[in-house]
Amino acid sequence: MSNTEHNPRPRAKAPAGERVADWADGRLGIYGAAKKNLRKVFPDHWSFLLGEIALYSFVIILLTGVYLTLFFKPSMAEVHYHGSYVPMQGVVMSEAYASTLDISFDVRGGLLMRQIHHWAALIFLVSMFVHMLRVFFTGAFRKPRELNWLFGFLLLVLGMFTGFTGYSLPDDLLSGTGLRFVQGAVLSVPVIGTYLAMFLYGGEFPGTDIIPRLFAVHVLLLPGLMLGLVVAHLILVFYHKHTQYPGPGRTNKNVVGFPLMPVYMAKAGGFFFLVFGVIAAISAVFQINPVWVIGPYRPDQVSTNAQPDWYMGFSEGLIRIMPGWEWVIPTGHTINFGVFVPLMVFPLVLAVMALYPFFESWVTKDKREHHLLDRPRNAPTRTGIGAAWISWYFVMLVGGGNDLWAIFFDMSINAITWFARIGFFAVPILTFLITRRICLGLQRRDRDKVLHGRETGIIKRLPHGEFVEVHEPLPQDQLHLLTQHDQPKPAELPPPTDGHGVRRKVGPVEKLRVRINRGYYGPKAQIPKPTVREYEEITSGHGHH
Amino acid sequence: MKKLSARRRHPLAAIVVLIFALAATGGLYAAFAPAGEAQAGETAAAQSLAIEEGKKLYAVGCSSCHGTGGQGTSDGPSLVGVGAAAVDFQVGTGRMPMQAPGAQAPEKPRMYSQAEIDQMAAYIASLGPGPAIPTEEQYGTEDLSGEEIAEGGVLFRTNCAQCHNFTGEGGALTRGKYAPDLTDVDAKYIYEALQTGPQNMPSFPDTVMPEKEKRQIIAYLHQVNSSDAKTPGGFKLGGYGPVAEGLFAWVIGLPILVGVTVWVAARNAKARKS
Repeated sequence: MSNTEHNPRPRAKAPAGERVADWADGRLGIYGAAKKNLRKVFPDHWSFLLGEIALYSFVIILLTGVYLTLFFKPSMAEVHYHGSYVPMQGVVMSEAYASTLDISFDVRGGLLMRQIHHWAALIFLVSMFVHMLRVFFTGAFRKPRELNWLFGFLLLVLGMFTGFTGYSLPDDLLSGTGLRFVQGAVLSVPVIGTYLAMFLYGGEFPGTDIIPRLFAVHVLLLPGLMLGLVVAHLILVFYHKHTQYPGPGRTNKNVVGFPLMPVYMAKAGGFFFLVFGVIAAISAVFQINPVWVIGPYRPDQVSTNAQPDWYMGFSEGLIRIMPGWEWVIPTGHTINFGVFVPLMVFPLVLAVMALYPFFESWVTKDKREHHLLDRPRNAPTRTGIGAAWISWYFVMLVGGGNDLWAIFFDMSINAITWFARIGFFAVPILTFLITRRICLGLQRRDRDKVLHGRETGIIKRLPHGEFVEVHEPLPQDQLHLLTQHDQPKPAELPPPTDGHGVRRKVGPVEKLRVRINRGYYGPKAQIPKPTVREYEEITSGHGHH
Repeated sequence: MKKLSARRRHPLAAIVVLIFALAATGGLYAAFAPAGEAQAGETAAAQSLAIEEGKKLYAVGCSSCHGTGGQGTSDGPSLVGVGAAAVDFQVGTGRMPMQAPGAQAPEKPRMYSQAEIDQMAAYIASLGPGPAIPTEEQYGTEDLSGEEIAEGGVLFRTNCAQCHNFTGEGGALTRGKYAPDLTDVDAKYIYEALQTGPQNMPSFPDTVMPEKEKRQIIAYLHQVNSSDAKTPGGFKLGGYGPVAEGLFAWVIGLPILVGVTVWVAARNAKARKS
């Protein structure tokens, strides 16, 4: 650190790096930007790095994707395969599929690149999902970060569709079945379904247009949008400053942590390579999407285990658990509820997550800025809703993989489908109630710990024979952590008449809001945290219990 | 000669000629085909012995469900006309005798020796004509070229994959029934299953799927799903497709990466005291 100050070199000519930097500053103004941003402080917690995993896997996907585009041929023209994979010799397939086989067997490093690309995509979606859950459960989406929540949500949805289009490109039997599924879903839209499907596929399924079209969407449109959103997402993180967990010395007005340069630059750089390393190692050891045994797509063939990648699994679940209801209306047209209802529920599942921050701010009427995170237990209703959503999503995943559950647990696939049908409605409610109760229990525990201290496990026998456990008062920082949170008062309906005795009109929406608000902050929704007086009374020396 | 010709109208002449003729044919027959007659008798005896033994085994092991004469009962289907191949498949893979009633008879260690199975097969075959146990040249695959094996893949995906999965890892059917895993199943049993359509499987007799196509399917399966099959991408995670891969990403990939984040987050400037 201090060696640079005693550098004996004459300053007549600045070092090369400095000259380059000077040159750049004269043209780009980098010093100003760097001064402002390089010393930016970020808080330290492992869960803040989940978003970074997503960012780095996105970079890895871009890099490997570029390599794959060099060899992939997005064409549905039919060819006979004559590459090096024997069990496909002479089979008729599309050029897209043949070039995927070539990438796998005849391009140097091609198979590893394909596997890194695919595994990184799965992990990209997993990490976005987990990052979103972290943001949700800690309340980091509250003002001023609602828009950034939406950006993140859009990234997740775009990621899902980019993944799906990529899954479809090799034109293998698995992905072709997925495209058939999409065609069926589009066809189920009343009135315009047929036209939409013809437009999307350029004629009858499968046609020869869909793969080239999806290719453009997969390598150009969606990644371009995502790249822009990633940048916007990060700019907003800089602009808002990072949230932090509560603790001594941490307030809504400061950020306690380390500067971006050098600490986080070094960490982030190293972390990128760690993520890359883990993904590369997984890709080198575990096979993913072995298209060579899956076979080329032919509309007359289908296989069991034809499921989408996990992030689309819930849509598969929706289709599998929906009864195949079909109406023929008097005009002779068919409305296929078995497909159309899942198609409508699909965006709903996602919209619930997207709109939650706005719902909560409407319920709480909280207009303050929040930079300190909530402990999930201190927001039992929100935590309950989040857990309910996860369980809902999980039920749909179970429905989507019902055949594998049936095989591995020796159960009837029909029983699993019925479980998912009932669970679709029942499991989220149960999860909500149980989670909220667990949160309240944890709040009681916190209260108990503040007032009575920590259980030491030391049993003391008193002179008159009674046994007591020695409780040790918590250290100051713990006490702060357990009592720093706000406990807002529940909303109340205004008195029925105003000061002049005139009846006040309260709309049904406001009544509903107050009811929900009492679900968030009412007496049954939070355990009053210990007051200073309670704490002093109990710690004023009347024993330990 | 005169004496002979003078007596040719003797009433007993015809009888004498007949005796000579019989002696001649009998002698000739005895001279040219004595061994054949003895062998035919032996095979027939062995056959009827096998049927006899098979019938006894059947009475003990099978008749409680399939009926005393193989005519079937409410607990088991009729076995008249299922053929020896069906017996060899069902008993040879341990599916029969069934341990307990259920959606489907699972594969389990076989209960009978091959000799006993052959005896039961002989008995069942004697009840009515059906497919015989295939010979090695019917299901052998050594003569197939790469292209023919690839064609077997096309046949497999057209006829089998919808229940057995892309490479025959098996799959679920309705109400607890299932298409079993085909990993390392003997070529003979695959052939017999195709021929006879056991349990929930449709049958593919030679009129529907010629013998060569069956061999092609067997050869393809061996290439992609057996202990000799290559998985160029590494461990195949069961070969069940995206659900298994997604599960892996969640339960292995994510925890490793979270472990890394915890490690990275713990390495901060505070930890270094210098």
